[in-house]
Amino acid sequence: MIKLVALIPLFPLLGFLINGFFGKKINKGLSGAIASIAVLASFVIALIIFFELEHSELKSHTVNLFSWINSDTLKIPFEFLVDPLSSWFLLIITGIGFLIHIYSIGYMHNDEGFARFFTYLNLFVFFMLLLVLGNNYLIMFVGWEGVGLCSYLLIGFWFKNTAYNNAAKKAFIMNRIGDLGFLLGIILIFVTFGSITYGEVFSIASGGNEHTITAIALLLFIGAMGKSAQLPLYTWLPDAMAGPTPVSALIHAATMVTAGIYMIVRSNVFYSISEEASHVVAVIGVATALFAATIGLFQNDIKKVLAYSTVSQLGLMFLGLGVHAYSSSVFHVTTHAFFKALLFLGAGSVIHAMGGEQDMRKMGGLKKALPITFVTMLIGTIAISGIPPFSGFFSKDEILAHTYEHSPVLWFFGQIASMLTAFYMFRLLYLTFYRKFRGTHEQEHHLHESPKSMTIPLIVLAILSVVGGLLGLPEFWNLPNWMHHHLDPIIIHKSPSILNHDKEWMLMAIAVFAAGATIFFAYMVYIKNKVLPEANDEKLTGIKKLIYNKYYVDELYDAVIRKPLDIISVFFYKFMDLQIVDGIVNGVGSTVKGISSVVRKAQTGHIGLYIFSMVIGIILILFYSFIK
Amino acid sequence: MLVGLLIIVPLIASLLVFFTKGKAARNLALGLSVVEFILSLVVFLQYKHNPDSKDLILNCAWIESLGIHFAVGIDALSLLLVLLTTFLVPLIILSSYNTNYDKPHSFYGLILMMQMALIGVFTANDGFLFYIFWELALIPIYFICLVWGGEDRGRITFKFFVYTLLGSLFMLVGLIYLYNHTGYETGIKSWAIADLYTAGKAMNLSQQSFVFWSIFLAFGIKMPVFPLHTWQPDTYVTAPTQGTMLLSGIMLKMGTFGLIKWLMPVTPLALQEWGGLAIGLSVFGIVYASCIAIVQKDYKRLVAYSSIAHVGLIAAGILSATQQGIQGAVMQMLAHGVNVVGLFLIADILMRHTGTRNIDKLGGIRSMNGNFAVLFLIVLLGSVALPLTNGFVGEFLLINGVYQYSAWVAAFAGLTVILGAVYMLRSYQAIMLGERRDSAIAFGSLVSSDKLVLYIICLVIVVFGVYPKPLNDLAEEGTKAILTYIK
Repeated sequence: MIKLVALIPLFPLLGFLINGFFGKKINKGLSGAIASIAVLASFVIALIIFFELEHSELKSHTVNLFSWINSDTLKIPFEFLVDPLSSWFLLIITGIGFLIHIYSIGYMHNDEGFARFFTYLNLFVFFMLLLVLGNNYLIMFVGWEGVGLCSYLLIGFWFKNTAYNNAAKKAFIMNRIGDLGFLLGIILIFVTFGSITYGEVFSIASGGNEHTITAIALLLFIGAMGKSAQLPLYTWLPDAMAGPTPVSALIHAATMVTAGIYMIVRSNVFYSISEEASHVVAVIGVATALFAATIGLFQNDIKKVLAYSTVSQLGLMFLGLGVHAYSSSVFHVTTHAFFKALLFLGAGSVIHAMGGEQDMRKMGGLKKALPITFVTMLIGTIAISGIPPFSGFFSKDEILAHTYEHSPVLWFFGQIASMLTAFYMFRLLYLTFYRKFRGTHEQEHHLHESPKSMTIPLIVLAILSVVGGLLGLPEFWNLPNWMHHHLDPIIIHKSPSILNHDKEWMLMAIAVFAAGATIFFAYMVYIKNKVLPEANDEKLTGIKKLIYNKYYVDELYDAVIRKPLDIISVFFYKFMDLQIVDGIVNGVGSTVKGISSVVRKAQTGHIGLYIFSMVIGIILILFYSFIK
Repeated sequence: MLVGLLIIVPLIASLLVFFTKGKAARNLALGLSVVEFILSLVVFLQYKHNPDSKDLILNCAWIESLGIHFAVGIDALSLLLVLLTTFLVPLIILSSYNTNYDKPHSFYGLILMMQMALIGVFTANDGFLFYIFWELALIPIYFICLVWGGEDRGRITFKFFVYTLLGSLFMLVGLIYLYNHTGYETGIKSWAIADLYTAGKAMNLSQQSFVFWSIFLAFGIKMPVFPLHTWQPDTYVTAPTQGTMLLSGIMLKMGTFGLIKWLMPVTPLALQEWGGLAIGLSVFGIVYASCIAIVQKDYKRLVAYSSIAHVGLIAAGILSATQQGIQGAVMQMLAHGVNVVGLFLIADILMRHTGTRNIDKLGGIRSMNGNFAVLFLIVLLGSVALPLTNGFVGEFLLINGVYQYSAWVAAFAGLTVILGAVYMLRSYQAIMLGERRDSAIAFGSLVSSDKLVLYIICLVIVVFGVYPKPLNDLAEEGTKAILTYIK
């Protein structure tokens, strides 16, 4: 079956083609069914392949499709790699992807672009699968840019809205900044190792110059910053919430944005060699985690809270990568995919019930009207806040424990970030589901639980969010950490844990206590004291205002990058091109013209004058030959 | 003999069309250009079957006393450029089906005449013949722009003509200088390309530098590279759409092709000395033209500047003198040729359907015609070199080649990845997305000829993005052959 791995991306591709060409002609039910079945088929094959690999002695299988780009020594085949890492990501992408397809059938049922939506969604799954399946960096790059395209198309799905279009464009361009870094990184890998195929490069990477490897690792990381929304390239992700909510769940939470983590885990050998690069990754990761978490505290749009939470959680995963806890980060990618997809889909269910309203200040008391949504979102919130035994607790704890080994300072900031997470998530829960309803009468009248196609995915994801922790139980409890063993074959330089059990117990206790205290604090603020975020944001002052306005980073980029680019462009066009360069060209032209018009005056047409000048000429020639 | 037919068929076709009255002229022109395309496919198969076949070379004495031969031949590189030409000309003719040009027999006759000259340029193996074809190509396009062009065409076409002619004269000087250095051992002077290579290599640095700059000037103007480009935007905007397509799709490749085949192998020393400066100009031109494209309002002028940016990267890749750089340049020449024809057709469609190309006045066309929006998007993606489109293969290899010359230069050149997305997405959004503007009200479905051309172009963009091997193999082979002369 492993030989048939190409079927996994093929099905969504077929779904894309069918819906793309015939979507308008077939009815919505069929169109949604085709798209969902395509992803389900991929999931089934991914599952079969996953178990086949589990039982196989050989942990890495390549499947060659055709030769793609050849240039002398640079040989880039279109080739897939099935190994523990890719097979695991295949399951996440197709599994969560399938659930979100089902959910979308309900969520999008009234939209006139229904078939177009599923066309894009299938295309996204196709590219995401290429990204993780490729056996060399360029195939990863194909998927990488392809998912960027789909993200662009889906953020701007409602293309009549200018703000959405701007968000889509911003996402694409910011990602391209990262992509340039990635591309240069790939080229440096080729120049250094003579190949960009994983196996060939990794087997000789240890022999490479450390400075070069640091450069490679940092260039790749620039790509990851763009795709996974890390400082300073994160601002596109909150704006990306313009897309339909299932898109936010699938692309901007569960799968695409974790591509950066996949990339670094895949390239772990470089980061294990280069401590400097790993340091950069860890610092940027923790800084992003903290920074985004603070912004999340003051957001009132339910999707924006989740967006900043995603940025923050991704930061935590990069922190894990930076301290070489690769399998812990993949573990967190997995649990995060469960609970963050759940939270987004839950938010979608709320928005659906509220008739499109996203402002939490106008919600409240929804737990009666939307019981399933409430319970599942409560589970998701507990999971992300790190309360045992829910899944988020185990994966986050693993990352923080490994961080502590490396640097207690980084651990401290990571711990603060996860406390903030618990606070704003419970703030979200309280404002949305508790207290009194604050919307209009009309909205109250229409409140309803979502259809089954939407609630069933919520329930499945909620179950996964509860039990997901079983994938990586703490080893010091003498329990099997399945994830760690599963990924063992692809981690090239292993670093054994040096923490003793007492320390681990202590860290765990601190984490649980901190989360509990924070939740209690949120309870006091939002339930006991019934605090409501200011209706009028202008009243805010000082640091609150700064954070509410997201530290003015967008404004800063506008002033530092966008405006200067426009000014330079106008300068190049109006002055350099039209005045200087073309001015010189025209100047040369008119000089020639001017000289000609002077010289032309000699052509008078008087024969006498011509004879006279001939005689002068002859005399001069004779004179010259005499003195010579 | 086959290669001779490649030149003779468009010549005869052009004469036939000249003498055809009325609308029949364009049908005849289309039919004959398709015949030429089929012929080029036969040549392709023949080359694949046996690259040394006698059918693929033609060499007869022309002016014996001066060592001038009518020598043409097919090698890997010229084959690719011939295929590009014969593929694009029918599309260019088809794209004109919704515009009624005056004196159609002359218009289409000139297009075919130009095709003949272009194929001559790409197949010539004799320096003098190359020069003749080179100049011959200028005459039809001059008339096409002058007679059928838009506003202020007289002044603009004159500038274009004088500018390129001036460059060509410098090339002639360079070629004659080179010719005078042939035959040191045998005493027989020759224009044959192999003899010119030998003569060039035997020169010292200052002699080579002279040849390098005099020929580079001609190629640099034709492409054009910064700062020799100012004739281009005006000419592209004023020329009739088909003229712009010929200029940007095929004619500018004369410059880049010339650089590979007629300059690099001749002056390897000068290349080492001056390559850096030339690369610097090309790469600066990428960023410069991209920035300018960002602030353009006329979509046709925007595409014109984007073409300068693309060609800057192509030139830099060639001058890096690496396998990946030159091969990427060849692949990008093919991709750019196809994509830019698509973009100019889109500019033409916008003009015909809305009466304007000003992006400030356009908007919301997508809600009128979703089909067109998709086709436009695919061409755009090819142009911004998204992977699995034809543009990516070339761009990746190009940046790779430039990187081997200098990492920093590559990083600067790579800004095209970002800036290209900026100007392309900005304009796409302004034209296609958002609420429908008044200009878009009458935007109905496309006419079938436009649709057909766009479908073919989009198909090529995707097919050769996914499976570039047939073309890439030739580009690889051709580049290797050239590099043996340079190194």
